[in-house]
Amino acid sequence: MSILGVTQRTLRKDLRLEWRSKDAINSMLFFALLVVVIFSFAFDPTAEESRHIAGGLIWVAFLFAAVVALNQTWARELRNQVLDAYRVSPAPATALFLAKALGNFLFVVVLEALMAPLFVVFYNLRSVGPVYQLLVVGALGTWALVVNGTFFAAMSIRTRSREIMLPLILFPISIPALLAMVDATTSILTGSASPAFWIRLLAIYDLVFTTVCLSLFETVLNAE
Amino acid sequence: MKKTFPIFAIATLGLLSYALYQALVVAPTEVTMGNVQRIFYYHLPSAWVAFALFFVNFLASIWYLAKRTAGSDALALASAEVGVVFCTIVLLTGPIWARPVWGIWWTWDARLTSTLVLWLIYVAYLMLRRFASGGQTPVLAAALAIFGFVDVPIVYLSIRFFRTQHPQPVIGGGPGSGLDPRMWTAVLWNLAAFAAYGSLLVWTRYRMAMVERQVEEAHAQRALESNEGAEQ
Repeated sequence: MSILGVTQRTLRKDLRLEWRSKDAINSMLFFALLVVVIFSFAFDPTAEESRHIAGGLIWVAFLFAAVVALNQTWARELRNQVLDAYRVSPAPATALFLAKALGNFLFVVVLEALMAPLFVVFYNLRSVGPVYQLLVVGALGTWALVVNGTFFAAMSIRTRSREIMLPLILFPISIPALLAMVDATTSILTGSASPAFWIRLLAIYDLVFTTVCLSLFETVLNAE
Repeated sequence: MKKTFPIFAIATLGLLSYALYQALVVAPTEVTMGNVQRIFYYHLPSAWVAFALFFVNFLASIWYLAKRTAGSDALALASAEVGVVFCTIVLLTGPIWARPVWGIWWTWDARLTSTLVLWLIYVAYLMLRRFASGGQTPVLAAALAIFGFVDVPIVYLSIRFFRTQHPQPVIGGGPGSGLDPRMWTAVLWNLAAFAAYGSLLVWTRYRMAMVERQVEEAHAQRALESNEGAEQ
Protein backbone atom coordinates (compact mmCIF):
# COMPACT_ATOMS: atom_id res chain seq x y z
CA MET A 1 0.00 0.00 0.00
CA SER A 2 1.24 3.47 -0.79
CA ILE A 3 2.22 6.03 1.85
CA LEU A 4 -0.91 8.05 1.14
CA GLY A 5 -3.12 4.99 1.43
CA VAL A 6 -1.73 4.03 4.83
CA THR A 7 -1.89 7.63 6.01
CA GLN A 8 -5.46 8.00 4.90
CA ARG A 9 -6.61 4.77 6.48
CA THR A 10 -4.85 5.33 9.79
CA LEU A 11 -6.15 8.88 9.92
CA ARG A 12 -9.68 7.72 9.22
CA LYS A 13 -9.40 5.07 11.94
CA ASP A 14 -8.16 7.64 14.46
CA LEU A 15 -10.87 10.13 13.57
CA ARG A 16 -13.54 7.45 13.87
CA LEU A 17 -12.20 6.37 17.26
CA GLU A 18 -12.19 9.98 18.40
CA TRP A 19 -15.65 10.62 16.99
CA ARG A 20 -17.04 7.71 18.99
CA SER A 21 -15.20 8.29 22.25
CA LYS A 22 -14.51 12.06 22.10
CA ASP A 23 -11.81 11.47 24.75
CA ALA A 24 -9.17 13.84 23.41
CA ILE A 25 -11.44 16.68 22.36
CA ASN A 26 -13.47 16.67 25.59
CA SER A 27 -10.44 16.68 27.87
CA MET A 28 -8.74 19.36 25.75
CA LEU A 29 -11.81 21.57 25.68
CA PHE A 30 -12.40 21.39 29.39
CA PHE A 31 -8.74 21.93 30.12
CA ALA A 32 -8.53 24.99 27.84
CA LEU A 33 -11.71 26.37 29.38
CA LEU A 34 -10.18 26.07 32.85
CA VAL A 35 -7.02 27.85 31.69
CA VAL A 36 -9.09 30.70 30.19
CA VAL A 37 -11.07 31.15 33.40
CA ILE A 38 -8.01 30.98 35.64
CA PHE A 39 -6.06 33.44 33.51
CA SER A 40 -8.96 35.81 33.57
CA PHE A 41 -8.95 35.75 37.38
CA ALA A 42 -5.19 36.00 37.55
CA PHE A 43 -4.81 39.03 35.30
CA ASP A 44 -8.25 40.69 35.37
CA PRO A 45 -7.44 42.71 32.23
CA THR A 46 -9.26 45.64 30.65
CA ALA A 47 -10.12 45.48 26.93
CA GLU A 48 -7.00 47.38 25.92
CA GLU A 49 -4.69 45.33 28.16
CA SER A 50 -6.21 42.07 27.05
CA ARG A 51 -5.45 42.89 23.43
CA HIS A 52 -1.78 43.07 24.39
CA ILE A 53 -1.65 39.91 26.46
CA ALA A 54 -4.21 37.83 24.54
CA GLY A 55 -1.61 36.42 22.14
CA GLY A 56 0.25 34.91 25.06
CA LEU A 57 -2.86 33.71 26.87
CA ILE A 58 -4.41 32.06 23.83
CA TRP A 59 -1.29 30.16 22.85
CA VAL A 60 -0.41 29.06 26.36
CA ALA A 61 -3.95 27.72 26.75
CA PHE A 62 -3.75 25.92 23.40
CA LEU A 63 -0.27 24.58 24.15
CA PHE A 64 -1.33 23.07 27.48
CA ALA A 65 -4.50 21.67 25.97
CA ALA A 66 -2.61 20.23 23.00
CA VAL A 67 -0.30 18.35 25.37
CA VAL A 68 -3.36 16.61 26.81
CA ALA A 69 -4.32 15.33 23.35
CA LEU A 70 -0.75 14.57 22.27
CA ASN A 71 -0.22 12.34 25.29
CA GLN A 72 -3.13 10.18 24.16
CA THR A 73 -1.82 9.80 20.59
CA TRP A 74 0.24 6.69 21.13
CA ALA A 75 -1.19 5.49 24.44
CA ARG A 76 -4.13 4.20 22.41
CA GLU A 77 -1.79 2.01 20.35
CA LEU A 78 -0.15 0.39 23.37
CA ARG A 79 -3.27 -1.59 24.23
CA ASN A 80 -3.26 -5.00 22.55
CA GLN A 81 0.30 -4.32 21.30
CA VAL A 82 -0.96 -2.39 18.27
CA LEU A 83 2.29 -0.44 18.13
CA ASP A 84 4.30 -3.66 17.91
CA ALA A 85 2.03 -4.79 15.10
CA TYR A 86 2.78 -1.54 13.27
CA ARG A 87 6.47 -2.20 13.73
CA VAL A 88 6.43 -5.61 12.11
CA SER A 89 4.01 -4.59 9.37
CA PRO A 90 5.52 -3.49 6.04
CA ALA A 91 3.54 -0.22 6.18
CA PRO A 92 5.93 2.76 6.00
CA ALA A 93 6.55 4.37 9.39
CA THR A 94 6.38 7.87 7.93
CA ALA A 95 2.78 7.21 6.85
CA LEU A 96 1.86 6.27 10.41
CA PHE A 97 3.54 9.40 11.71
CA LEU A 98 1.84 11.64 9.15
CA ALA A 99 -1.56 10.19 10.01
CA LYS A 100 -1.02 10.73 13.73
CA ALA A 101 0.27 14.28 13.23
CA LEU A 102 -2.61 15.18 10.89
CA GLY A 103 -5.09 13.68 13.36
CA ASN A 104 -3.67 15.75 16.20
CA PHE A 105 -3.66 18.80 13.96
CA LEU A 106 -7.37 18.35 13.27
CA PHE A 107 -8.16 17.83 16.97
CA VAL A 108 -6.29 20.98 18.00
CA VAL A 109 -7.80 23.02 15.15
CA VAL A 110 -11.29 21.97 16.24
CA LEU A 111 -10.38 22.97 19.79
CA GLU A 112 -9.13 26.34 18.59
CA ALA A 113 -12.24 26.94 16.52
CA LEU A 114 -14.40 26.23 19.56
CA MET A 115 -12.28 28.18 22.03
CA ALA A 116 -11.66 31.30 19.93
CA PRO A 117 -15.21 32.70 20.35
CA LEU A 118 -14.90 32.11 24.09
CA PHE A 119 -11.70 34.14 24.20
CA VAL A 120 -13.38 36.94 22.29
CA VAL A 121 -16.25 36.99 24.75
CA PHE A 122 -14.32 36.61 27.99
CA TYR A 123 -11.56 39.07 27.12
CA ASN A 124 -13.55 41.58 25.03
CA LEU A 125 -11.20 41.02 22.13
CA ARG A 126 -11.45 43.00 18.93
CA SER A 127 -8.71 42.71 16.37
CA VAL A 128 -7.22 45.90 14.95
CA GLY A 129 -5.27 44.09 12.23
CA PRO A 130 -6.73 41.83 9.52
CA VAL A 131 -8.31 38.67 10.96
CA TYR A 132 -7.42 36.37 8.05
CA GLN A 133 -3.76 36.65 9.13
CA LEU A 134 -4.75 35.08 12.43
CA LEU A 135 -5.91 32.04 10.50
CA VAL A 136 -2.49 31.71 8.83
CA VAL A 137 -0.70 32.07 12.16
CA GLY A 138 -3.13 29.60 13.71
CA ALA A 139 -2.57 26.95 11.06
CA LEU A 140 1.23 27.29 10.97
CA GLY A 141 1.51 27.55 14.75
CA THR A 142 -0.70 24.55 15.40
CA TRP A 143 1.31 22.43 12.98
CA ALA A 144 4.53 23.58 14.69
CA LEU A 145 3.25 22.35 18.05
CA VAL A 146 1.65 19.20 16.76
CA VAL A 147 4.37 17.85 14.48
CA ASN A 148 7.04 17.90 17.20
CA GLY A 149 4.48 16.99 19.84
CA THR A 150 3.46 13.84 17.97
CA PHE A 151 7.10 12.87 17.56
CA PHE A 152 8.03 13.53 21.18
CA ALA A 153 4.91 11.72 22.37
CA ALA A 154 6.24 8.64 20.58
CA MET A 155 9.48 9.13 22.49
CA SER A 156 7.97 9.86 25.89
CA ILE A 157 5.72 6.81 25.67
CA ARG A 158 8.91 4.75 26.06
CA THR A 159 10.01 6.45 29.26
CA ARG A 160 9.06 6.06 32.86
CA SER A 161 6.54 8.74 33.93
CA ARG A 162 5.30 9.10 30.35
CA GLU A 163 2.88 11.96 30.71
CA ILE A 164 5.37 14.26 32.43
CA MET A 165 8.13 13.70 29.91
CA LEU A 166 6.30 15.12 26.88
CA PRO A 167 6.06 18.78 27.99
CA LEU A 168 9.58 18.61 29.41
CA ILE A 169 11.06 17.93 25.98
CA LEU A 170 8.42 19.65 23.83
CA PHE A 171 8.43 23.07 25.49
CA PRO A 172 12.17 23.90 25.22
CA ILE A 173 12.31 22.93 21.54
CA SER A 174 9.09 24.85 20.83
CA ILE A 175 10.26 28.14 22.34
CA PRO A 176 11.04 29.86 18.99
CA ALA A 177 7.71 28.68 17.53
CA LEU A 178 5.83 29.90 20.61
CA LEU A 179 7.60 33.23 20.46
CA ALA A 180 6.62 33.55 16.81
CA MET A 181 2.97 32.58 17.42
CA VAL A 182 2.55 34.88 20.40
CA ASP A 183 4.25 37.85 18.80
CA ALA A 184 2.48 37.41 15.47
CA THR A 185 -0.90 37.14 17.21
CA THR A 186 -0.23 40.17 19.38
CA SER A 187 0.94 42.29 16.47
CA ILE A 188 -2.17 41.36 14.46
CA LEU A 189 -4.52 42.01 17.39
CA THR A 190 -2.98 45.37 18.24
CA GLY A 191 -2.22 46.26 14.62
CA SER A 192 1.06 47.72 15.82
CA ALA A 193 3.52 45.81 13.66
CA SER A 194 3.64 43.53 10.67
CA PRO A 195 3.60 39.83 11.52
CA ALA A 196 5.40 38.99 8.25
CA PHE A 197 8.71 38.01 9.87
CA TRP A 198 7.02 35.74 12.40
CA ILE A 199 4.86 34.05 9.79
CA ARG A 200 7.96 33.36 7.71
CA LEU A 201 9.79 32.05 10.77
CA LEU A 202 6.89 29.73 11.58
CA ALA A 203 6.89 28.45 8.00
CA ILE A 204 10.63 27.73 8.21
CA TYR A 205 10.21 26.08 11.60
CA ASP A 206 7.40 23.89 10.24
CA LEU A 207 9.38 22.92 7.18
CA VAL A 208 12.58 22.12 9.09
CA PHE A 209 10.96 20.09 11.83
CA THR A 210 8.54 18.24 9.57
CA THR A 211 11.60 17.09 7.63
CA VAL A 212 13.48 16.09 10.79
CA CYS A 213 10.44 14.26 12.18
CA LEU A 214 9.80 12.34 9.00
CA SER A 215 13.41 11.31 8.60
CA LEU A 216 13.90 10.22 12.22
CA PHE A 217 10.54 8.64 12.99
CA GLU A 218 11.33 5.17 11.72
CA THR A 219 14.48 5.08 13.87
CA VAL A 220 12.57 6.06 16.99
CA LEU A 221 9.66 3.72 16.30
CA ASN A 222 12.03 0.78 15.98
CA ALA A 223 14.23 1.73 18.95
CA GLU A 224 14.74 -1.28 21.19
CA MET B 1 46.89 5.16 27.16
CA LYS B 2 46.85 4.62 30.90
CA LYS B 3 49.52 7.25 31.43
CA THR B 4 48.04 9.80 29.05
CA PHE B 5 45.16 10.55 31.39
CA PRO B 6 47.17 11.56 34.51
CA ILE B 7 49.65 13.50 32.39
CA PHE B 8 46.81 15.36 30.71
CA ALA B 9 45.19 16.00 34.09
CA ILE B 10 48.38 17.48 35.53
CA ALA B 11 48.94 19.60 32.42
CA THR B 12 45.37 20.89 32.71
CA LEU B 13 45.91 21.78 36.35
CA GLY B 14 49.06 23.71 35.44
CA LEU B 15 47.30 25.47 32.60
CA LEU B 16 44.37 26.41 34.84
CA SER B 17 46.63 27.91 37.52
CA TYR B 18 48.66 29.86 34.96
CA ALA B 19 45.44 31.14 33.37
CA LEU B 20 44.19 32.15 36.81
CA TYR B 21 47.42 34.10 37.36
CA GLN B 22 46.99 35.73 33.96
CA ALA B 23 43.41 36.72 34.66
CA LEU B 24 43.87 37.97 38.21
CA VAL B 25 47.39 39.45 38.18
CA VAL B 26 48.75 40.07 34.69
CA ALA B 27 45.66 41.43 32.96
CA PRO B 28 45.17 45.14 33.66
CA THR B 29 42.14 46.35 35.60
CA GLU B 30 39.41 47.60 33.33
CA VAL B 31 38.98 51.38 33.56
CA THR B 32 35.23 51.77 34.06
CA MET B 33 34.18 48.38 35.36
CA GLY B 34 37.05 47.68 37.72
CA ASN B 35 37.99 44.26 38.99
CA VAL B 36 34.58 42.73 38.37
CA GLN B 37 35.43 42.70 34.68
CA ARG B 38 37.89 39.87 35.39
CA ILE B 39 35.00 37.44 35.57
CA PHE B 40 34.91 37.85 31.81
CA TYR B 41 38.00 35.60 31.59
CA TYR B 42 35.86 32.76 32.92
CA HIS B 43 32.59 33.76 31.34
CA LEU B 44 33.73 33.83 27.72
CA PRO B 45 35.85 30.63 27.72
CA SER B 46 33.05 28.75 29.48
CA ALA B 47 30.59 29.89 26.83
CA TRP B 48 32.84 28.80 24.00
CA VAL B 49 33.56 25.44 25.59
CA ALA B 50 29.84 24.88 26.24
CA PHE B 51 28.92 25.67 22.63
CA ALA B 52 31.74 23.46 21.34
CA LEU B 53 30.57 20.59 23.55
CA PHE B 54 26.98 20.90 22.30
CA PHE B 55 28.38 20.62 18.81
CA VAL B 56 30.33 17.50 19.84
CA ASN B 57 27.08 16.13 21.27
CA PHE B 58 25.37 16.70 17.92
CA LEU B 59 28.15 14.97 15.96
CA ALA B 60 28.31 12.05 18.39
CA SER B 61 24.52 11.63 18.18
CA ILE B 62 24.57 11.49 14.38
CA TRP B 63 27.48 9.07 14.57
CA TYR B 64 25.50 6.91 16.98
CA LEU B 65 22.43 6.81 14.72
CA ALA B 66 24.63 5.85 11.77
CA LYS B 67 26.97 3.31 13.40
CA ARG B 68 25.34 2.38 16.75
CA THR B 69 28.64 2.22 18.60
CA ALA B 70 28.65 2.31 22.40
CA GLY B 71 31.46 4.86 22.40
CA SER B 72 29.59 7.50 20.41
CA ASP B 73 26.64 7.30 22.79
CA ALA B 74 28.94 7.64 25.81
CA LEU B 75 30.58 10.64 24.15
CA ALA B 76 27.18 12.23 23.46
CA LEU B 77 26.20 11.79 27.10
CA ALA B 78 29.51 13.08 28.42
CA SER B 79 29.61 16.15 26.18
CA ALA B 80 26.01 17.10 26.95
CA GLU B 81 26.53 16.79 30.71
CA VAL B 82 29.76 18.77 30.77
CA GLY B 83 28.29 21.25 28.27
CA VAL B 84 25.36 21.89 30.60
CA VAL B 85 27.80 22.44 33.49
CA PHE B 86 29.77 25.03 31.50
CA CYS B 87 26.57 26.64 30.25
CA THR B 88 25.45 26.91 33.87
CA ILE B 89 28.74 28.63 34.72
CA VAL B 90 28.05 31.10 31.90
CA LEU B 91 24.56 31.80 33.19
CA LEU B 92 25.85 32.25 36.76
CA THR B 93 28.93 34.38 36.05
CA GLY B 94 26.92 36.62 33.71
CA PRO B 95 24.60 38.03 36.38
CA ILE B 96 27.47 38.41 38.87
CA TRP B 97 29.08 40.73 36.34
CA ALA B 98 25.84 42.33 35.20
CA ARG B 99 24.68 43.39 38.65
CA PRO B 100 27.45 45.96 39.31
CA VAL B 101 27.92 46.95 35.64
CA TRP B 102 24.36 47.08 34.29
CA GLY B 103 22.66 47.52 37.66
CA ILE B 104 20.46 44.48 37.12
CA TRP B 105 21.00 40.74 37.43
CA TRP B 106 19.24 39.72 34.29
CA THR B 107 17.83 41.24 31.13
CA TRP B 108 15.97 39.48 28.33
CA ASP B 109 18.61 40.49 25.85
CA ALA B 110 19.12 38.40 22.71
CA ARG B 111 22.32 36.71 23.78
CA LEU B 112 21.23 36.02 27.35
CA THR B 113 17.90 34.63 26.25
CA SER B 114 19.43 32.42 23.55
CA THR B 115 21.92 30.98 26.03
CA LEU B 116 19.14 30.31 28.53
CA VAL B 117 17.06 28.53 25.88
CA LEU B 118 20.10 26.51 24.85
CA TRP B 119 20.57 25.49 28.48
CA LEU B 120 16.89 24.50 28.71
CA ILE B 121 17.14 22.34 25.57
CA TYR B 122 20.15 20.40 26.85
CA VAL B 123 18.70 20.01 30.34
CA ALA B 124 15.64 18.50 28.62
CA TYR B 125 18.02 16.17 26.79
CA LEU B 126 19.57 15.04 30.06
CA MET B 127 16.10 14.60 31.61
CA LEU B 128 15.10 12.35 28.72
CA ARG B 129 18.25 10.30 29.23
CA ARG B 130 17.46 9.95 32.89
CA PHE B 131 13.82 8.94 32.38
CA ALA B 132 14.14 6.73 29.33
CA SER B 133 14.50 3.11 30.21
CA GLY B 134 16.79 0.40 28.99
CA GLY B 135 18.41 -0.06 25.63
CA GLN B 136 16.34 2.48 23.71
CA THR B 137 17.75 5.45 25.67
CA PRO B 138 20.63 6.13 23.22
CA VAL B 139 18.36 6.19 20.17
CA LEU B 140 15.76 8.48 21.75
CA ALA B 141 18.48 10.74 23.13
CA ALA B 142 20.28 10.93 19.78
CA ALA B 143 17.03 11.88 18.05
CA LEU B 144 16.37 14.63 20.59
CA ALA B 145 19.95 15.87 20.26
CA ILE B 146 19.36 16.41 16.55
CA PHE B 147 16.11 18.29 17.26
CA GLY B 148 17.91 20.43 19.80
CA PHE B 149 20.80 21.30 17.55
CA VAL B 150 18.56 22.10 14.58
CA ASP B 151 16.55 24.35 16.87
CA VAL B 152 19.53 26.49 17.91
CA PRO B 153 19.75 28.72 14.78
CA ILE B 154 15.96 29.18 14.77
CA VAL B 155 16.06 30.17 18.45
CA TYR B 156 18.81 32.65 17.75
CA LEU B 157 17.02 34.13 14.73
CA SER B 158 13.72 34.51 16.55
CA ILE B 159 15.14 36.01 19.71
CA ARG B 160 17.36 38.43 17.84
CA PHE B 161 14.36 39.76 15.97
CA PHE B 162 12.24 39.76 19.12
CA ARG B 163 14.79 41.84 20.97
CA THR B 164 15.88 44.22 18.27
CA GLN B 165 12.26 45.13 17.78
CA HIS B 166 12.02 46.51 21.30
CA PRO B 167 14.23 49.16 22.91
CA GLN B 168 17.12 47.76 24.91
CA PRO B 169 16.52 48.22 28.64
CA VAL B 170 20.23 48.70 29.30
CA ILE B 171 23.22 49.22 27.12
CA GLY B 172 25.93 46.74 27.95
CA GLY B 173 29.42 48.11 27.67
CA GLY B 174 30.82 44.72 26.85
CA PRO B 175 34.59 44.63 26.47
CA GLY B 176 34.29 43.55 22.87
CA SER B 177 36.12 46.29 21.03
CA GLY B 178 39.63 47.52 21.55
CA LEU B 179 40.80 44.92 24.03
CA ASP B 180 44.16 45.56 25.71
CA PRO B 181 46.79 43.09 24.38
CA ARG B 182 47.42 41.83 27.91
CA MET B 183 43.70 41.20 28.24
CA TRP B 184 43.82 39.21 25.03
CA THR B 185 46.65 37.09 26.43
CA ALA B 186 44.59 36.37 29.52
CA VAL B 187 41.55 35.50 27.38
CA LEU B 188 43.52 33.10 25.22
CA TRP B 189 45.22 31.40 28.17
CA ASN B 190 41.91 30.96 29.88
CA LEU B 191 40.34 29.69 26.70
CA ALA B 192 43.09 27.08 26.39
CA ALA B 193 42.79 26.15 30.07
CA PHE B 194 39.00 25.82 29.94
CA ALA B 195 39.14 23.83 26.73
CA ALA B 196 41.62 21.45 28.36
CA TYR B 197 39.55 21.29 31.54
CA GLY B 198 36.36 20.63 29.54
CA SER B 199 38.07 17.87 27.56
CA LEU B 200 39.38 16.34 30.78
CA LEU B 201 35.89 16.28 32.29
CA VAL B 202 34.38 14.83 29.11
CA TRP B 203 37.08 12.20 29.02
CA THR B 204 36.48 11.24 32.65
CA ARG B 205 32.73 11.13 32.16
CA TYR B 206 33.16 9.13 28.96
CA ARG B 207 35.26 6.53 30.76
CA MET B 208 32.69 6.36 33.55
CA ALA B 209 29.88 5.83 31.06
CA MET B 210 31.84 3.03 29.38
CA VAL B 211 32.57 1.34 32.73
CA GLU B 212 28.91 1.67 33.73
CA ARG B 213 27.97 -0.06 30.52
CA GLN B 214 30.42 -2.90 31.19
CA VAL B 215 29.06 -3.33 34.72
CA GLU B 216 25.51 -3.51 33.38
CA GLU B 217 26.51 -6.06 30.78
CA ALA B 218 28.31 -8.14 33.39
CA HIS B 219 25.21 -8.08 35.61
CA ALA B 220 23.02 -9.13 32.69
CA GLN B 221 25.47 -11.89 31.81
CA ARG B 222 25.56 -13.18 35.37
CA ALA B 223 21.75 -13.14 35.61
CA LEU B 224 21.57 -15.17 32.41
CA GLU B 225 24.12 -17.68 33.67
CA SER B 226 22.44 -18.12 37.04
CA ASN B 227 19.12 -18.69 35.25
CA GLU B 228 20.71 -21.39 33.14
CA GLY B 229 22.18 -22.96 36.27
CA ALA B 230 18.78 -22.99 37.97
CA GLU B 231 17.15 -24.70 35.02
CA GLN B 232 19.60 -27.58 34.91
